[in-house]
This record gives sequence, C-alpha cells and structure tokens, in this order.
Amino acid sequence: MSTTTTPPTAAEPTTVIGKSADYLDQRTKVGVLAKQLVRKVFPDHWSFMLGEIALFSFVVLLISGVFLAMFFDPSMALTTHHGAPATMDGQLMSVAFSSTLDMSFDVRGGLLMRQIHHWSALIFVAGIVVHMMRVFFTGAFRKPRELNWLVGTMLLILSLLAGFSGYSLPDDVLSGNGLRITDGVIKSIPIIGSYLSWFVFGGEFPGEHIIPRLFTVHILLVPALILALIGVHLFLMVLNKHTQYPGGGRTDKNVVGYPAVPAFATKMGGNFFIIFGVLALMGGTMAINNVWNYGPYDPSPVSAGAQPDWYMLFLEGSLRLMPGQAEIVTWGDYTLSLNILVPAVIIPGLLFTFLFVYPFVEAKVTGDHREHHVLDRPRNVPTRTGLGVAFLTAFIILALAGSNDLIATHFALSINTITWVFRVLFFVGPVFAFWVTKRICLGLQRKDRELVLHGHETGRIVRFANGEYIEVHRPLDEQERWLRVNYEARRPLEVEPATDARGVKRKGYKQDKRWQKLSRFFYEDRVEPVTPAELAAAHAHGEHDELEPAHDTPELVSGSGNVEREH
Amino acid sequence: MKALAARRHHRFAPVVLLLLALLVTGGVYAALAPSPAQADTASTADIETGKKLFQANCATCHGPNAEGTTEAPSLVGVGAAAVDFQVSTGRMPMQMNGPQAEAKPRQMDEEQTAALAAYVASLGAGPAIPTDEQVDGSQGDPANGMALFRTNCAMCHNAVGAGGALSEGKFAPPLTDTSERNIYQAMLTGPQSMPVFNDANITPDEKRDIIAFLDEQDQGSAGGLTLGSLGPVSEGLWAWIIGIGLIIGGAVWIGAKSS
Amino acid sequence: MSENQNPQGPSRDVARHDGDGTVVQSDRFADPGVPEHHPRLADTDPKAAKRNERIIAILFAVSCLGTIGSLVAYFAVRPDGTTPGVRLSTVLLGVAIAISLFGIGFAAVHWAKTLMSSKEYVEERHSSSSSEEVREVVQQQFKDGLEDSGIARRPVLKGAVVSALALFPLTIAVPLVSSVGGTWNVASFRHTIWRKGVRLAYDPSGRPIKASDLTVGSVAHVIPDVPAEERETHEWITEKAKAVVLLVRLDPRDLKRDHREGASYDGIVAYSKICTHVGCPVALYEQQTHHLLCPCHQSTFDISDGSKVVFGPAKRPLPQLPITVDDEGYLVAEDDFNEPVGPSYWERLK
Repeated sequence: MSTTTTPPTAAEPTTVIGKSADYLDQRTKVGVLAKQLVRKVFPDHWSFMLGEIALFSFVVLLISGVFLAMFFDPSMALTTHHGAPATMDGQLMSVAFSSTLDMSFDVRGGLLMRQIHHWSALIFVAGIVVHMMRVFFTGAFRKPRELNWLVGTMLLILSLLAGFSGYSLPDDVLSGNGLRITDGVIKSIPIIGSYLSWFVFGGEFPGEHIIPRLFTVHILLVPALILALIGVHLFLMVLNKHTQYPGGGRTDKNVVGYPAVPAFATKMGGNFFIIFGVLALMGGTMAINNVWNYGPYDPSPVSAGAQPDWYMLFLEGSLRLMPGQAEIVTWGDYTLSLNILVPAVIIPGLLFTFLFVYPFVEAKVTGDHREHHVLDRPRNVPTRTGLGVAFLTAFIILALAGSNDLIATHFALSINTITWVFRVLFFVGPVFAFWVTKRICLGLQRKDRELVLHGHETGRIVRFANGEYIEVHRPLDEQERWLRVNYEARRPLEVEPATDARGVKRKGYKQDKRWQKLSRFFYEDRVEPVTPAELAAAHAHGEHDELEPAHDTPELVSGSGNVEREH
Repeated sequence: MKALAARRHHRFAPVVLLLLALLVTGGVYAALAPSPAQADTASTADIETGKKLFQANCATCHGPNAEGTTEAPSLVGVGAAAVDFQVSTGRMPMQMNGPQAEAKPRQMDEEQTAALAAYVASLGAGPAIPTDEQVDGSQGDPANGMALFRTNCAMCHNAVGAGGALSEGKFAPPLTDTSERNIYQAMLTGPQSMPVFNDANITPDEKRDIIAFLDEQDQGSAGGLTLGSLGPVSEGLWAWIIGIGLIIGGAVWIGAKSS
Repeated sequence: MSENQNPQGPSRDVARHDGDGTVVQSDRFADPGVPEHHPRLADTDPKAAKRNERIIAILFAVSCLGTIGSLVAYFAVRPDGTTPGVRLSTVLLGVAIAISLFGIGFAAVHWAKTLMSSKEYVEERHSSSSSEEVREVVQQQFKDGLEDSGIARRPVLKGAVVSALALFPLTIAVPLVSSVGGTWNVASFRHTIWRKGVRLAYDPSGRPIKASDLTVGSVAHVIPDVPAEERETHEWITEKAKAVVLLVRLDPRDLKRDHREGASYDGIVAYSKICTHVGCPVALYEQQTHHLLCPCHQSTFDISDGSKVVFGPAKRPLPQLPITVDDEGYLVAEDDFNEPVGPSYWERLK
C-alpha cells in the first residue's frame, strides 16, 4: 500500500498560481531555482538597459520574421510578375523578388512587417554596439566576465551575418551587387579563392542556389546560434550577478539594487513594450528597403548610393579607401590581390582581434587576478577609455568613408578629395582621438581631486574685517566624496630582476620586460585618489573656507593672512 | 521703454537681438540687391531677338557666332532642345566657375528662351524641342520605363532619381523637380557630363516610358516617409538618431529615480 | 539579505591588495554605506499615489484603444495595390500597434517607478569558483573515472580512439562540401559567350546596334544578341554577369589608345562593364572627361587611354571587346575577351 507523505510544515496552496507552482515543483524541484531568482537583486541604471535593446529587438526580429517567412518564397526561378506596383507589372524576375512584392503590396500588414523587421535589424546591431561600448568603458569584461565578453563579441559577428543574409534575400539589384562584391572578395583569397566562390554560389555568379542557401542560413543556422549564445550570455550574467557602479555601500562582495520581482521585471517588461513600440512606429511611418525601387537583380544595373546596411559600412569604407596599386603578381604568375585582402580581410581581422583579446591583454598588463564587480568610471582608466575611443574613431571613419558619395553630394565636395582626406584620417584620427581622450580623462580626474580637496564653489563671497575676500566652498558630503576617491590608480607592472641571487639569467625575462613596457604605456600617467591625510592637509590651509554640509549660514572666522590656494 | 530696458540682461536678450539683426540685414539685402540684367524682350520667338540675346549673354564664352572658344564648346548643331534645357533650368548663362554648371533660378523667361533656342537651331541642324505629347508621362509605360531607367540612368541619378555623385565634385542632380520636357531634352542632348541618349539608343517612346516612371515617384513611398530615398546610409543614420535616440531616452527615463 | 544598511558598517577601512596578494592597510577613506532611502511622493502622499494609479490605468486603457484601432485599420483599409493605398494601411496599422505597445510599456514603467517599492536591497555575492572541497572531490572523481576506463594502461586504445574520431567527420564533410560546390569548373571564369560575329544589342530591349546609331558622346549598355526566349532563363543571367559591355563613341581624335590593340572601330570602344576591383557594373560615364566611374568603390577608368585606372582601388584596366561592323552596318564582336573579365583571382593569369 502506498502512502503519500506531505511535508509536515508546508501549508496547502489555495490559489491557482500556488497550485500550479506546487504541481511543477513536485515534479522538477523548480523551487530551488525560483529561490535563487525571484527576489534576486539587480542594480538599477539606465546604461544597464542597453543590452536589452539588442535582446528585445531580437525578439521583435523573431516575431516579425515568422510573419515574413509565411509569405517569402526563396526560389530563384524566373517568373513574370503581375500586380503592384505599377513599375514592376509584367516584368521578369525571380520568385523571391516577386514574393517580396506580393508580401509588400497584396498582404495586409505585409509591408509593415517587412519594415519593422528591417528597422529592428538595424537597431539590433546598434544595440549590441552601444551595449558593448558601455561594457568596455566601464570595465565589465574583467574577471569573472571574460567569457561573457567573448560570447558577446561572437554575437556581434553573428548579428552582422544575420543582417547581411537577410537583406540579400529579396534578390534585388542593391543587395545583389552586394553579393557580387562578396564574390569578388572571396575570389581574391589566395589559392582557394575561385573554388570558395564556386562553393558558395554552387557555380558561377549568380547561379540559382545562393538565395535559398542564404534563406537557410538566415532563418535556421544563424538564429539558432544566436539564441544559443544569448542563452549562454544571460546565464553567465545571472550566475556572475550583474556589475554595479561605484557608490556608497557598493563593494566587490555585494549587489545593491532592486529585487527581480516585481520592480525589476516590470521595468524590463515595460522596456520591451517601449522598444517594440518604437520599432512599430518606425516600421509604420519610415520607408526602408523599398526593393521595387531597385528592381530585381540583374548583373547590368547599379544605382548611385550603392551601400550595404550601416553595420557593414566599415567594410565598404575600407574597400573604398585602399589604393589599387597593391595588387601584385607573384613569382609563378599568381595574382595576389592585396588591394582587396587588406581592406576586406586584414583590417576587419585586426579590429575583431582587438575586441577578442583586449580583456586578456589588460589583465596581463595590470597583473590583476582578482574578481571585479564594481565598475570603473571611464575617467579613472584613461588609457582604456582612450583606446576605446580610438577604436570607435577608426570604425566611424571607415563608415563615413563608405558613405563618401553621399557626403560629396550633400556637402558639394569632390568625392576624390573626401577619399584622400579619409585615407589620412584613418591613421591620424585614432591616434589623435586617443591622445585627446586620455588627456580629457586625466583632466577630469584632476578636477575630481580638486573637488574633493576644496569642495563645491558656492559663489558666495565673504569679506573679512581685515579686508580679505574669500569664496566660500562647501565640502562634499560623504557619498559625493566616496564616489570620487573609491578607485585604484594602477601602477605599471614590476618585474623580477633579470638575474637571480646567484647571477643566473632568468628565463622569460625578455617577455616580462615587454609586458612591462606595455604596462607603462597603460599606467605611467595616472592621478591618484585623494587620501584622508591629503584632505586634512588641504583643510589646514583653508579652514575658514569650509561650511558644515547642509548649513544655511556661514560661520565667519577671522582670516589667517596668506592662504595657499594650491594644494 | 522702461520695461524693455529692465529686461536687457534677460538670458534671451542676445537671441532676440540676433534675430532682429538677421531680419534687418535680410530685409535690406532683399530691397537693395541687384537684379540680373534683362535684355530687350520681344513678344514672339524671333531669331533676330535670339541673336541679340545671344550676343548679350552667351557670346563672351561661346564665341560671337557660337563657334566655340577655349572657354566653352561650339553650339553649332546642338539643337533647340539643348538650348531650351540649359537656359530653362538656369544652368546657362553660367555665372560661376565650378566643377559643373548648376541649375539655378532661370535668367531668361519663356519667350527669351524660345528666341535663343530658335537662333541656335538656325545655326545648324540638331535635336528639336519635343512636343507635349512626346513628353506626356501618362501615356508612357512606367514598368518599361523603370527597366530602362535602372540600366541607363540609376547609376548616376540613383534608383528613383534622387541624384548621385560623380568624380571631382561633379554630380548628377536629383530629378524630382525636373519638368517632363527637360527630362526628355537632357536624355536627347547629353548635357555636360551626361552621355547622349539619342533616339536610336533610347527611342522616343522609351523616353516617354522613363518619364512615366519618374512621374510615378511623385507619389512618394508606400512605406511612409521616403527619407530622401538615399538608401541604406540614410536609413542607418535615422535608425541611430530616431531609433536609438528614442530608445535610450526611454531607458534614461526608466532608470531615473521617481520624485 | 539585509535591508538598507551595509552590514559591515560605515567605519571599516577598506583593505587593499597589491597585485601579488599582500594585504596593505593604507590611508584610505571609509565606505559611507548605502545612502539613505528617500521616500517618493507616492509613498508619503496618498493623493499622489492615487493620481499615479489613475495615470497607469489610463495608459493601459489607451493601449486597449490602440489595439482596437489596429484591428479596425486592418479590416477597414484594404490593400489596393497603389502607393497611397498601401501607405495608408501601413501607417495606420503601424501607428495603432505602436500606441497599443507604448500604452503597456509606459504604464508598466510608471507603475514600477512610482508605486512599486523602491527600497534598495543588499545581496551578498559568493565567490565565482567552487569551494576547495568541491574541487578536490571533482578532481578525485575524474581520477576515479580515468582509472575505471583503464585507458592509462592501454595506450594503443588511446591512439585508436583519437584516429577514428578524428577521421569520421570526413564521411559527412566531404560529400557536403563537394556537392555544395557542384561541378567545380572554375575554368569557366575565363570565357564569356561573346564569339566572332555575335552582334551587340541594347540592354534590356535586345535590339541590335548599328554603328550609325551612335553619335559622339553616346553610351549604350550592351548584351550579346541572343533570341528573346534564351534571355528568359537562369543560365542567361549567369552568362550576362560576365558578358555585359559598355559601348562608348568618342571622337577619334580624343581616343588616344585602346587597351587591346585594334579593338575599337572608328572611335567606338566596347569595354567590359564588370569592374576589375570586385565586380560591380562600372557604368558612370562622364562624357566630357572620358572617365568611367564605378559607383561602388569609385574606381575610375580613362576610356580614351585604354581604360587605365586613374583613381580608386582597382588595379587593372577593363578588358576590351574587339568590335567591327558586319555588312549591314551592325556592330559585331570579333572575338571573345582575351582575359578573364571582372575581379582578380589567384590563378587568373595561368
């Protein structure tokens, strides 16, 4: 005879939710998980919602994508299109293009869904970029989050693939020329290039396989990888707990914020609806990718303003800037197209390598193996911030170079001059941006020091009986001060001496020396935070400058003659 | 006056003063700016009138008999269509040196333009001004026009005629405000950098089809605001400005502490 | 999980660790603890709370109206295939959906911000790695597992397993890669369908071109003259992708040089329209400078000087199609191109 035993102290659930939770828990032990998550504390700051831009626009992409997949036919077979718009009626085109037109003009809401889908794709990549910027500039990639940074960078690359494969699906002239350029880049790869081109297109360009292949890539392979990596990304974020900005009570050993249920989850849900709303508004009112204006793909036409979507502009720009002389014929009569390999393979390779290795390089030059959960204020890490701005500058210059013909027409400039200017700026710009940013960060740090030592200027001038004028300063309160002193000014690495006590040369010394040099580049210039001793010294110089915090009336104290204003 | 004086240190005072100064300057300029020279007008298209106009406005660069100089090409054989195009769009007389002669407010009215065209046509046989029926877009086939446009025209003028860049500061202008007649004439005569699309290359009916296609573009886009029809670059720009702008604005609002 | 106060208290010094692990107690400020919680207006003033509740309810109601509006727009506005008609439907649906979404979003956020508890909580973090005991146990578990497998004593098996596993992916990979590539006939890159005697025809209409059609400054976009039925197939598009040609008539006095000896005819030149950079159609012909500009990356070719590259990322001039006229005056090709058209590839010159 079986007996059911109930836990002696648990009360019977009465509500529907309670009963369902009980049912589930008796079969899955989900209570353990719920215990961790329901009131989990998340710090609250708007800059932590940038990743959500990417996440929620991806959800919108999935939703709108299902709608589109119901109507899109990825075949390259030729058909005569009958119907709207008037400029396409009776024209010969691929079935893929024709189904796109039908979807836009004959299916109610079809054009809306297409436009929401495309705007969401642009916002998806933009969201990844701004989120990555926040993570980089605040140092959230440090231990234990290096793996999550790698996952995120891979998500960035996958998002580019998703976008490229997606906008090539309608088989129009604009994206078709983009595919032609891709074929040209593939062909330029040494030794295997022509075979790789044959492989991708299943024959010569364009063939009749590429659109169906891209369709599979776009709705199955890439989204599956993205979903899996998003899962890993969010799992790691929950496991490691979210980082937090420096402030009172916030340490590397705690999280200060709001519980997941209800406040945080509600805000997140609200954010989803707001983002979806913005995308719906854009999809309904701003035209995007009107493929009937470009026409069905044919190898003959091309239109002015032939660019890919914004996130591929950096590739387009580097292709435009590279001078052509770099193609060489090697020994053996083989053609090495450096004029294409450098901008399309090597430059992006360098940019992505920087992203992938940066956390590890920085960990090595600081010699820091601790966990970090409190974020850096960007000004307190001037070299990192400078490098980030330099990277962005390079990226933006390439994107602008990719738009050089539009810049030429809108600003009445010569496209050749613009190209030359960007050729120079690509090298000079990031260096200059690094230098300016680093100096600004150091300046801001010094300003913070001044503020801590001397307090806020109140604008109130006091005249003493002996004729001396002073400006009254209000000292910072505890929270304000803590924000400005709670950081570590890193020092350059120290290395063990070249020879040990007995004079034997140490292996690995040369490599250590190189890392030390890099570490000096990072940390030689630094501003230390104010210590209590320095603050006391500053007070000793100018006692009568002070007011008690939150007091209304100043206390007039007799002056002490010459007062040193500098610290 | 006292009230005005009392507000002289208001933070908007400089703005108001600036606006006033701009208004006054603009007004004075509008009143006193010189107007372009007008030659004697005749009421009918007249080769003689045209010749006089030519001597006054064109001969300095094109030569007294339109034979051309080092400054400007010969106009013998360009035809009335070329003259009508160049003068009615204001490109000629050219006022400023630059990579190309740009469209500007026309200097000659309808009759003067017709007179000039008649005069130049008399110097040598060339393309004639098309009839109204030849340029009537409503009689053309926009689908065929689009097929022709995207092969022959879109690479310079953009897929819907929004304009595009050429080398060295030259450009193919947008076609949105171009008249049907001038579209025809531009194709026919190949002004400046534009190649010549004579009637054997693009037949008169095909030219009309292209005009029909361009007329369709006046309806705007089925998807909402056209954003200039400039393609992915402008779409990306607006995605950042409006999309990311609004969304980050929302995020800042969500993260801000409520009062 | 405690509320509001930093459990360590505000007076504790923060210890610093140097990179090599030694603890240095130094002269640093003390953590002042989590700032005081300030109640919001809605927490203290019931009237304000009621007002916020009303606002939230109204926002949800607006969302419902938006949803209804979108359904009305969907059913009432039929797509009629015209630009204004489709635009009306798109805009109405999009705006209504946006209102529906914004209503929920703003209501939810306003609720969380003003009415839900804004008390800050402090939660402890645990070390990211597992405890020492767990690590030791797992180490032992792996050791035991390895022992049980016996692989340490049987190195032959180790080698065998690795070889088999490393090889088996070939069973799928080779057929996949090979079949996806199809015929692998990369030699076909060298040739186009131009042959001696094939007429030049206008693209897209297909009319053959007479030399007398072209005046100085004319440009024609050219395809080989093939029957109309043939031009409605897939294979045609692939052939066209190599065969498109740009035909330009220059004044013979302006034509300094052909790229291919003797390829022009009376100032008429025919160059491949496929850019030698990465393959876009290079089609922007500037009549007065005789420059041919590619819109994709601004490679510029001088047609009067053998299509030499004068700017941009292309290296090689465009291949030239040799032309002449037949006895009816139509322009015909004299031969195929004498080099592969379009972008370079490794074995292009072999």
